[in-house]
Amino acid sequence: MSRFRQLEDFRPQTAGWELLPFRFERLNGRVLVTNMVGEHVMLAAEQFEAFAEKRLPVDSPLVRRLRAKHLIRQPGDRSPSTLLALKARTRYRRLAESTGLHIFVVSLRCEHSCPYCQVSRQSGDTERYDMSPETAERGLGMAFRSPSSAIKIEFQGGEPLLNFGLIEEIVRRAERRNCDERRNLGFVIATNLALLTDEMLEFCARHDINISTSLDGPADLHNKNRPRPGRDSWELAVKGIRRVREALGVDRVSALMTTTKASLGRVREIVDCYLEQGLRGIFLRPLSPYGFAIKTKSYSAYDAERWLDFYREGLAYILDLNRRGVPMTEYLSAVILKKMLTNREPGYVDLTSPAGIGIGAIVYNYDGSVYASDEGRMLAEMGDETFRLGHLATDSYEEIMTSEALLAPLEESFAPSAPMCSDCAFEPFCGSDPVYHYATSGDFLGRKPESDFCRRNTAVFKHLLGLYESDPSARSTFLNWVGR
Amino acid sequence: MISLRGRSAAFELEAPLTRAVWMLVDRDTLTPQRRGRAFLVKDDEKPADGFDLYFVTDPERAPTGKPWIALPPLLRYVSAGDVVSASETGEYLRVLWRHKNPANSVLLTERCDHYCLMCSQPPKEREDDWLLENARELIRLLPSSTPGIGFTGGEPTIYGDRLINLLRLCRNVLPEADVHVLSNGRRFAHFGFASAWANVGNPRMMVGIPIYGAEPTLHDYVVQAEGAFDETVRGIVNLGEVRARTEIRVVIHRQTAPALPEIAEFIARNLPFVEQVALMGLEMIGFARANMDEVWIDPVEYRAELAEAVSLLARRGVKTMIYNHQLCLIDRQLWPFAVRSISDWKNEYHPECARCSVVERCGGFFFSAKYRHSDHITAIQSDASTKRDVLQV
Repeated sequence: MSRFRQLEDFRPQTAGWELLPFRFERLNGRVLVTNMVGEHVMLAAEQFEAFAEKRLPVDSPLVRRLRAKHLIRQPGDRSPSTLLALKARTRYRRLAESTGLHIFVVSLRCEHSCPYCQVSRQSGDTERYDMSPETAERGLGMAFRSPSSAIKIEFQGGEPLLNFGLIEEIVRRAERRNCDERRNLGFVIATNLALLTDEMLEFCARHDINISTSLDGPADLHNKNRPRPGRDSWELAVKGIRRVREALGVDRVSALMTTTKASLGRVREIVDCYLEQGLRGIFLRPLSPYGFAIKTKSYSAYDAERWLDFYREGLAYILDLNRRGVPMTEYLSAVILKKMLTNREPGYVDLTSPAGIGIGAIVYNYDGSVYASDEGRMLAEMGDETFRLGHLATDSYEEIMTSEALLAPLEESFAPSAPMCSDCAFEPFCGSDPVYHYATSGDFLGRKPESDFCRRNTAVFKHLLGLYESDPSARSTFLNWVGR
Repeated sequence: MISLRGRSAAFELEAPLTRAVWMLVDRDTLTPQRRGRAFLVKDDEKPADGFDLYFVTDPERAPTGKPWIALPPLLRYVSAGDVVSASETGEYLRVLWRHKNPANSVLLTERCDHYCLMCSQPPKEREDDWLLENARELIRLLPSSTPGIGFTGGEPTIYGDRLINLLRLCRNVLPEADVHVLSNGRRFAHFGFASAWANVGNPRMMVGIPIYGAEPTLHDYVVQAEGAFDETVRGIVNLGEVRARTEIRVVIHRQTAPALPEIAEFIARNLPFVEQVALMGLEMIGFARANMDEVWIDPVEYRAELAEAVSLLARRGVKTMIYNHQLCLIDRQLWPFAVRSISDWKNEYHPECARCSVVERCGGFFFSAKYRHSDHITAIQSDASTKRDVLQV
């Protein structure tokens, strides 16, 4: 009677499904399936079997979900491959924008003596441990060779404020260069804030410089982690954060914490401390395997499990804060959720593939050595120069960026072709960290069953997916984080 | 509701009209220009000389010895600056342009390769190229300061290059106009057509394309055409590639409402490069009335799905708008996304609206809501939070 046909008439007439690339992981009786760009569905075990064996009947209600996520297609469908290609291209787009972050170690000197730091020196010898203006100029030359449209220059140490004169010099020279270069240029100083003066703040305000500082949590914890003469590291950091907020703006200062064994079990206090300082986000970072941690063998699987408890408790607390209307972001989760829920690759150096070493961030050491990452520089301070790419005085941009020291770890660690990563359902959310695996297992790839990097990240992915699928309020907060 | 077409009350022509499209001019807007202009004779005025056609409201006052058409009562609202088309005989009239309307929409064809369940403008399979020709004439007559023009169908892209030429004319003679074209998007799957579209080179031009599912079956069912989804999606991707401004439109009805979250997820993940997404309430005319049982749904029934869809889109940075919804039927947190989008000539309000404190911010109703509207229209009482929420709108 009707001129209109029914829904059934538009279903495929045959069940001749073609499977599109997918990976899966069994989770508590259900099966997580991800497509080649990381979109996911959760299936019951028998649904999964039917899907994987191409036994799904034409009228299965699951068909619509699987087609929408580009896991199956009908012969003749052209949009699934078009869209998958588009999404994959988007994910890898950042590779054309290498290198975005340029770290200048302007001085190795520091007035702190933190046990987990292997790089700083307690010394008045400025000749020996400060970067020279010539080296800085060469570093800038290198930075502006990068094809990236955005260039961020980060000043690190030691304590970079001990060589603030050079920071001023670099900022001015970079701005002058940028009159012609027209890059999106930004600056950040990674400082403990103890030596911050009003004049420095004034300079930062004039040149739009952001501040990144260290805050490990409550005063006793922070001061234990970060000894300095006077035992007032926490007081100076907190006062410094307030001064930066008032002089530059509330969003111009961020803090990073180093998770030590003493932090485990105190995550709520740490989050509260960040809240009190008016900070809107916190990075619940894993225990670092470098430097002190490796030397003292205090880093072990046991610690990885305890860190996960720390992370899960912290995240639950932060989600609860959000539920009560207190906006607070957990940055590690935010980075991963962006990878899960969008095609954007946030380019977080420790969780991206190909790895972020050299092509995401690069380090110009005080003495002119160039390192593939900050951790690579720390390894060098411990006597292992594997990640040293060259020297600013003797090596060209081409030589450094095509050095075997950079290309070998990038290629060998590339997750989509790494054993066990290539067929891991979580690979699109994960990354490769050749420096970590080299430090812990002696090669760039590592053995995934023994890798705490793998164990920790996999656990985090499962936890976040579980919350996203089962907790509407967490899901809502997660979407807010992804939107930022 | 304002009428846009009618039969002349009376007319007297010496010969069949040689052109169809006429811009109305009166004493106040009189210039030496005559081509394409018709003089609108108001009550006691003496008509100006030299026009090829005169419109009168009262046949008694028709100018002697000159070709004239008397407007029927329902069309007597027209004024100078409006554009009217007349059949060769002068008998049939259409109002093509009302200069007081900020969003005029021009019908280019009634032909379409879709047959949507809820089409408000049911397609007719007959040659109607004269609509395109009339549109060209209309564009030539409009002042160059015209702020906006919309083109609709049927499916305007069936004209191919002739549509591109029309849009080029628009860019050249209406440089200030926002140009909006409604299309089912399928023709853009041909990259050459998408390129030609982009090469019109008008930064004020946008195309609105509907998506009714996250996969082929639902979409193809709603538009009653196999293969539509695949082509439309590839069309949108091509438009993204040539950097053409694109809007996705999702009309919400009984078939699409339950799928809103998955459609939103699909757009956010696959087509996030589009400029905006409009989630649209159903207009109860055309096929929507014929298919009332298949398509009608009370908006209160999909409140949760609408909120979820907006959240999935907006929080991933896709600009999202809600069209044609009454504020009392959607979650208050969605008010900032609600747009007053119903053309004035179709807009009506419910008696309950008289007592409502946010009525002037509300989209109101299509006049066609008289055939069917929500059973839950409720005046919103003013309180502190209403003021706050309304301010955000």
